[in-house]
Amino acid sequence: MAGLAIAPGVTLFDLAHGRAPEEAASSKVRWGMLIDSGKCATGCDDCVAACGKENGFTGSRETDSQWIRKVEIKDLRSGQSHSLPMMCQHCEHPPCVDVCPTGASFKRADGIVLVDRHICIGCRYCMMACPYKARSFVHEELHDQNPDVPRGKGCVESCTLCVHRVDNGGQPACADACAGAGHNAILFGDLNDPSSEISKRVATLATTQVRADLGLNVGVRYQGL
Amino acid sequence: MNIEAFRKIEERAFYALAGLLGLVVLIGLGAAHYMETHGHVVTGMNNQIVWGLPHVFAIFMIVAASGVLNVASIGSVFGKPVYKARAPLSGLLAIALLVGGLTVLMLDLGRPDRLIVAMTHFNFKSIFALNVILYTGFMAIVAIYIWTMMERKMYVYSKYVGFSAFIWRLALTTATGSIFGFLVARQAYNSAILAPMFIIMSFAYGLAVFILVQSAMYAWNGIKLDPAILRRMKNLLATFAGAVLYFTIVYHLTNLYFAKQAAFERFILVDGGVFTTLFWVGHILIGALIPIAMLLHPTIGNKLKTVLLSSALIIVGGFAQLYVIIIGGQAFPLELFPGMQETSTFFDGAIHHYSPTLPEFLLGMGGLGVAFLIATIAVRVLNFLPRDDSYHVSKDSSSD
Repeated sequence: MAGLAIAPGVTLFDLAHGRAPEEAASSKVRWGMLIDSGKCATGCDDCVAACGKENGFTGSRETDSQWIRKVEIKDLRSGQSHSLPMMCQHCEHPPCVDVCPTGASFKRADGIVLVDRHICIGCRYCMMACPYKARSFVHEELHDQNPDVPRGKGCVESCTLCVHRVDNGGQPACADACAGAGHNAILFGDLNDPSSEISKRVATLATTQVRADLGLNVGVRYQGL
Repeated sequence: MNIEAFRKIEERAFYALAGLLGLVVLIGLGAAHYMETHGHVVTGMNNQIVWGLPHVFAIFMIVAASGVLNVASIGSVFGKPVYKARAPLSGLLAIALLVGGLTVLMLDLGRPDRLIVAMTHFNFKSIFALNVILYTGFMAIVAIYIWTMMERKMYVYSKYVGFSAFIWRLALTTATGSIFGFLVARQAYNSAILAPMFIIMSFAYGLAVFILVQSAMYAWNGIKLDPAILRRMKNLLATFAGAVLYFTIVYHLTNLYFAKQAAFERFILVDGGVFTTLFWVGHILIGALIPIAMLLHPTIGNKLKTVLLSSALIIVGGFAQLYVIIIGGQAFPLELFPGMQETSTFFDGAIHHYSPTLPEFLLGMGGLGVAFLIATIAVRVLNFLPRDDSYHVSKDSSSD
C-alpha cells in the first residue's frame, strides 16, 4: 500500500494511486479495460493463469469457476479468427444487478461490478441474466483461499477487476501478467480520465463493446475485432 | 373395495396417506440437506445449466398454484355457482401448491440458510424480489378468501376478496413468466409473450390438478360427481390446453420470423436431442394433442376416466414444457459474437449438457409431498369437500 506514517496510528495515503479504507469509491472514476485482440495470441492463457493464481481457482470442469477465459472466435464466411479474454464486462447497466433479489450483486461508484458474499443467497438468477456468461457458482467446499479474495460455497462470483489490487493502487492480475509477458494486450485504466491512456485510445481507435446491441455500456472494450 | 368397506378403514387410510406423504417430504428434506452439505456439485447443475430439475418442479407448482385458484375465481368473480362450491378447495390447493413450490425453490438455493436475508433485503428492480412479495401476499389474500367463504358472517366480503385474489394471481403469474421474459441475454427468453403464456399455462395445469384432487376426494368419500359438472370442467380444460398450444405456436412462430433466432429454434424443434423429443412428444403430443382429442371426443370425452387421464397427461406435458423452457433454454449457448463460431474452455459455443441427479428429483418430489400433505390434512380437519346444490347444477347445466 502506498502510504506514509506521519504519527503513530495516523497514515497519509498517496491518493493518486490508492484509496484509504474509509474512503468510498468515487463515481469520478470509471475503471475499465481495453483489450487488443491483435496482440492476444491464440493458445496464450497468461491472463487466465494469473487470475486463477490471484483469486484462487483452478480447474475447467463444468462445475468449476472461471472468472476469465480465452475465447477463440472465427468468422465462418471470411475465415478470420480472433483470440480474446472474456470476463465480467463491468457494465454501466448490469443485468445481474437488476435481477439480484437481495442486492448482493451491486455496482460500485467506480464502475466495478461485485457480489456481496454476505447477502448472496445463491439463487443464480444473475447467472441467467448475464449476457457474457461471466459468473460462476461455487459448487463445492473451497480450501486454501487467498484472504484478499474471500469466496464461498453456495455463492455466485465473478471477476472483481482485482478490486483488492485496484484499491491499493495496483491493476488487475490479468493486465499485469499480460504486460509482464510482453504482450500488452490488456490496458487497464480510468475511462473517465481524459488524460488516461485507455481514454485516449478509446477516443481515437475503433473499439467494440461485446453485445453492444443490449446497450449496457460495458467497462471492458475490445480493439481489433 | 366398496365404499362401506372403505369407511371402516378410512381413518387408518388417512394416516397411511399422511404418513406416506410425510415420508416423501422427509426424503426431500434429506436430499436438500445432502445438496447443501456437499454443494451443488452432487446435482446435475453446473455453471452452464444453472437452474435444473428442482426449478422445473418449483415453477410447475407455483404456476399451477395460481391456476388452481381459477376455479374459485370463476365462482366468485364470474358468479358461476358450480364453481363457487369448489372455491374453498381451489383456494386451499393454491396455497398448498405455492408452499410446495417455494419450499423447493428455497431449498435449492446455494445458501438456503440465508432465507432471512431474502426476506429482509429487497432490490425492487428484481422480479425475484417482487415475487417474494407477490407470493407471500398471494398466500395471505387466499387465506382471507377461504375465511370469507367458510365463515358465514364474512361471506358478504368473499366476492370482493375473490376479485382481489383474481387480480393478484394474474400479477403473480405475470411475474413468474417475467422471471424468464426479462432475461435479455438468452435467446429462449427475452420475450413479452412469456408472461401471458405462463398465465394460460397456469389455467391448464391448475385445472388439471384440481380435477384430479377433486376426483380423489369424491372417490374417498364415495360421492359421484355430477356428469353435467364433469362435462363443464372437461370442456374448460380442453379450452385451456388448446390455448397453451396456441401460445406455444405463437412463441415459436415469432422466433422463427427473426433470422437471429433461427439457430435456437432449430435446436428446440429439430436437432436438440432430449429437448426436441420432450417438446414434440412430451409437450405437444402427450400434453396437448392427445388430451384435447380425448376431452373433445363425443363419447369417451364424457367419461370420468378419460377426463382424469387427460388431466394427468396435461400435467405430464406441463413438466415436459417447463423442462424445455427452463433447461432447453439454458442448454443453447449464449451468442456473444453473432455470426461467429465460438470456442473456449468455458464451453462457449457448445450445447450445454445436463443430467439430473437423484437428489434433485427427490427434492422436487418432496415439494409435491409438502403440497399434498398440506392439502390432505386440511381437507381432513376442515370442510373443503365441494358439495353441489342440485338445484344450481340442473339450472346451470344448460350453459358451459
